[in-house]
Amino acid sequence: VNWELAAEQWPLYASGAWTTLRLWLGALLIGGLLAVPLAVCRSSASPWASRPVWLFTYLLRGTPMLLQLYLLYYGLAQFEAVRESAAWPWLGSAWFCAAAAMALNTCAYTTEMLHGAIRALPAGEVEAARALGMPRRTQLSRIVLPSALRRALPAYGNEVVMMLHGTSLASVVTLLDVTGAARDLNARHYLPFEAFLSAGLLYLLLTLLLLVAQRAAERRWLAPLRAHS
Amino acid sequence: MFAFNGYFGSLIDGASVTLGVAFGSLALAFALGLGGAAAKLSRSPGWRATAAAYTTVVRGVPDLVIMLLVFYGGQMAVNAALAGMGSSRFIDVNPFVAGVLTIGFIFGAYLTETFRGAFLAVPPGQGEAAAAFGMGRAQALARIVGPQMLRHALAPLSNNWLVLIKSTAIVSVIGLTDLMQRASLAAGATREPFLFYGAAAGMYLALTTVSELVFAHLQRRLSVGSRRAAL
Repeated sequence: VNWELAAEQWPLYASGAWTTLRLWLGALLIGGLLAVPLAVCRSSASPWASRPVWLFTYLLRGTPMLLQLYLLYYGLAQFEAVRESAAWPWLGSAWFCAAAAMALNTCAYTTEMLHGAIRALPAGEVEAARALGMPRRTQLSRIVLPSALRRALPAYGNEVVMMLHGTSLASVVTLLDVTGAARDLNARHYLPFEAFLSAGLLYLLLTLLLLVAQRAAERRWLAPLRAHS
Repeated sequence: MFAFNGYFGSLIDGASVTLGVAFGSLALAFALGLGGAAAKLSRSPGWRATAAAYTTVVRGVPDLVIMLLVFYGGQMAVNAALAGMGSSRFIDVNPFVAGVLTIGFIFGAYLTETFRGAFLAVPPGQGEAAAAFGMGRAQALARIVGPQMLRHALAPLSNNWLVLIKSTAIVSVIGLTDLMQRASLAAGATREPFLFYGAAAGMYLALTTVSELVFAHLQRRLSVGSRRAAL
């Protein structure tokens, strides 16, 4: 056991934490923004809108994220058309593929979560909006989405933590995130306890911070729901 | 299967290893989950604190990090212990064992919450009625509270199992030849990665879909006799 040698590697962990944070926030932002319109389609009465979204979430939620990452990073490179396309500088990069796999994955879970929240809305809320003569667009933006996003908040907090942990898979396609930094340290100096315990501690700290933030967010945004219960 | 250049059998072998890891981990997780739930519900503050630390740590650290710690750290600890006993043998930690231990340990924490919630969902009057009939604690648990608990545990359990199957994919990182690893090997040998990762995806999808059907069937069986509120 050699904690001094491990402590000397802090810059490796610091840049790893930066990579983890960028991947995590990027995936959440893109996946979350895509999930809102997809959840609206998924909840639509028209099968032409809801079925394709159902298929997308079924495929992504039924397979491991690691496999999705491999399909994007290694799988697509099989096709010459992809290798010669204008998108290759992105599709050939581990960074882009990891971020894309994570964004798609969180998008699928968030879509289902929002869909569940939309379905759980009291029917009267939407009927009242319709009775007031609101156009559909206004119903969505003023009534349905604000209410559904609130209701999805507790489950979404869980997803945010799962995604933080999910970013650790990026180390498998050579990215030096926190887990990648730990694997690098272990490979070069054979210090498994120091390397992985410090990485684990870093993730644990981030997770606890997230739980505090989640509690604050729920206090702020779930207040209207509590007032009536 | 011609399209898979003879690698189809290899993928099937990999899928059976994946299932082996999944069932092995489930058995371990079940035991840890029941113990954890008992500890969380116990009157002793020591047990409660231990169980709380267990679930907090497991849910705060990524699966992959725990697995790498168990695999590499376990290897070092075992060999250090051997050297301490004066042996010069070197043991390689079996990735199957490391995988089952890690995934079982992780999902034990999730099942702790599942069982704790299911136990609390059984109305306390049920246990009290059993006691009033003169049943002992073990008998009341086996005949009255346990079966009702199972009914409440089934839905979250189904969720835990689906996540567990997908989590087993990370054992490929420590070299176990599961479905994931077999797909990688075939992809490398044939230079057709999309085909093999796609086939593996289809197999995972089949495993999760069949599991969902089985759980839906069990749910129907176990909820015979219970009424649902109708609007």
